[in-house]
Amino acid sequence: MSTEAGQPRRKVRNFALLSTRAGAAFLTPAGLLVAIFVIAPFFWVIFVSFTNRTLLGRTALNPEFVGFANYFALFDPSNFFQRGQFGFSLILTTQFVLASALIGQALLGLLLAWLIQTVPPVIKRITETFVIAAWILPEVVIGFAWFAFLDRDQGTLNMLLTSLGLPPGDFLLDQPFWVIVVFNTWRGAAFSMMLFSSAFSSIPPSYFQAADVAGASSWQKFRDIGLPLIRGHIVTDLILITMWTFNTFTPFLLTNGGPSYRTELVSIYNYRVAFQDFQFGKGAAVGVIMMLINLAFALVYLSIGRKKKAPRT
Amino acid sequence: MSNRLRSLALGLGAATALVGPAFAVDLDITCRCVVGGVNSATAEWIENSVIPAFEEANPDVNVTLNQFGGEDAQLTQQLALDFSTGAGPDVSAFDGFLIPSFVEGGLLKPLHEVAGEEVNDWSGWEALSEGSRALMEYQGDYYGIPLGTDVRMLYTRKDMLAEAGIDADTWQPTSWEEILEAGRAVKEAFPESFPIQLNAGVAMGEATTMQGYWLALLGTGERVMQDGKYVVESQGILDTLNLYKTIYVDEELGDQRAQLLADGRNRSFANFRDGVTALLLEGDYFYRSVTPEGSEFAVDNRDEVMGWAKIPAQEPGAGINGQDFVTISGGTGFVLNPATEHPQEAWALLSFMNEPEMQNAFQQLQPRITARTDIEIPNSPFLTEVSQTLLPLTTARPNDPDYNAVSSEIQRMTESVVSGELSPEEAMAQYKSAVTAIVGEENTVSLL
Repeated sequence: MSTEAGQPRRKVRNFALLSTRAGAAFLTPAGLLVAIFVIAPFFWVIFVSFTNRTLLGRTALNPEFVGFANYFALFDPSNFFQRGQFGFSLILTTQFVLASALIGQALLGLLLAWLIQTVPPVIKRITETFVIAAWILPEVVIGFAWFAFLDRDQGTLNMLLTSLGLPPGDFLLDQPFWVIVVFNTWRGAAFSMMLFSSAFSSIPPSYFQAADVAGASSWQKFRDIGLPLIRGHIVTDLILITMWTFNTFTPFLLTNGGPSYRTELVSIYNYRVAFQDFQFGKGAAVGVIMMLINLAFALVYLSIGRKKKAPRT
Repeated sequence: MSNRLRSLALGLGAATALVGPAFAVDLDITCRCVVGGVNSATAEWIENSVIPAFEEANPDVNVTLNQFGGEDAQLTQQLALDFSTGAGPDVSAFDGFLIPSFVEGGLLKPLHEVAGEEVNDWSGWEALSEGSRALMEYQGDYYGIPLGTDVRMLYTRKDMLAEAGIDADTWQPTSWEEILEAGRAVKEAFPESFPIQLNAGVAMGEATTMQGYWLALLGTGERVMQDGKYVVESQGILDTLNLYKTIYVDEELGDQRAQLLADGRNRSFANFRDGVTALLLEGDYFYRSVTPEGSEFAVDNRDEVMGWAKIPAQEPGAGINGQDFVTISGGTGFVLNPATEHPQEAWALLSFMNEPEMQNAFQQLQPRITARTDIEIPNSPFLTEVSQTLLPLTTARPNDPDYNAVSSEIQRMTESVVSGELSPEEAMAQYKSAVTAIVGEENTVSLL
């Protein structure tokens, strides 16, 4: 890092496929679209977050500038941690990311990726198909399928449990948080599995063969050869799935954010404030805070990506 | 090349110009109704009576019914977003209490501004009583034509009450305590049952406020809004929340799950159908459109099994205006989309639906308390009796643009109590701060 700063700036390589002017001309349409659909809304949302604009009622036509009132309301210490308030959603989302993305998806994906390296190709392909199916099916379909699966009275899960002599559960009402954690783990493990799987298969087989000759156990091979060689992929994976899980809205299809806000992730909280209560100003403020958090994730990701490319000594 | 393009463009232009006027006008009409599903009679009426007759009278108009099967709140959401972007159906079913908030938000316009002064010449206005016209009115302007009104009552399952030693034909509770006593007796006779259903929670939306909270609050002699200000602290609110707590938390006389789950309202209907609930507070449409034969929640042997009673105040004489019994009415109707491309045709459709001929056709499908004074309720002793007994007792929601947002806070407040998460005092404190944030401190009042 310090050496990089000391070096003179490297010159940008000039591909010279087009003249500078032609290049700029070709970029203009895309740049305009980005400006209209990304940059303008970005500043618009920031602007709206300083007003008390709503969709219905008096403040819809005559919104007032309220300064930081929306932000103060979100971070009001007297009710910050109450259910249904912003702080509660933030903490819930953090727990959700830890449990379902970092522990759930990454660990399960890693385990699956390691296990399918050694099984016969047929089983490998079947496993991959099932895991990836969970990932690529439309969210609405998945949502309804899980809803039907978990229903207390007619759900498949309770039918299975009772047929095994186990007591049925009222999962959506009693353990809503764990339901969405398991759901998101199941849904998102495919990405981690594919990423780790390709990372593992890029390791030269001779490493493992040598370890076999030396009599290493499977665990030792995993710990001493597999893991160290895919460390970069793990970091990439963790940051990407953290961002995705932080922003995910799919659990809404299962629980509507309830019961009693117990599954109201930040994205669902934002949706409720903006599009169910129609408080655009406050909703915009939530959006701005979410943007800042995502920006922080992205910066961490970029800085790690840059570090990886720096020459190793 | 350019010549060919130009002639092509000219040709296309000419073709569209010629064909344009010959195209029929397309009108969309939306209601929360599905043939064979929710509000089936309304959907059947529009599909089978209104549209064919209207299209016959107006050959160049095509009318399409969008059957919306979601929740009330979802239709409100859809209409609000549609109207704010100039999209949406030309004519839409609409709940009267939403009119002030839509109007203040610039999403609805008076009928005469949308469709012209001919609106005022419509003969039907005279047949609408002043009270019913007020259902779709705000600040002296009409925004739609009311279809009808409703009243709320306490439905009973006579078979379950009989098992608990209560003669349902003569049973008329005169205080909350008598309802709870009956509930306890039923619970003893049917330990697995949840005898009382008083709507609570966010998922049921306005049904929580209108068929739950209001009915209890009016019984304490209070209203949500008094003298133009929202009451954010009062003994009435506390008593109401304590009633919820008694039913759902302390004594488990009600089905707590049904208040918390997303499809709770349907669960509450199913509970009544299945003999799990014996006492249910709902509006008259529960009789006319939820439980009739052939519908999803049809009660077997309905006329023998189902009865009704007036909703008592907390204590005799403690209700609003010193009444012994309370109820509340809402009203629905149809409105015009202010951004409709065919305002004249849309108005023609809207007024056509409300002509006596069409209203009578609707009554054949589903007898109801109509807004028009020249429409009889055909042979429905139930509705006749109900309207005669309850309409004199009734009251209405405040005609205020913030009511809708405050109502959402009421739903949250009841949910936090019935889920056992907050005590009534804590829930009321949260309600106070939320409502104050919505309407401003100067528009709130504490009665404690």
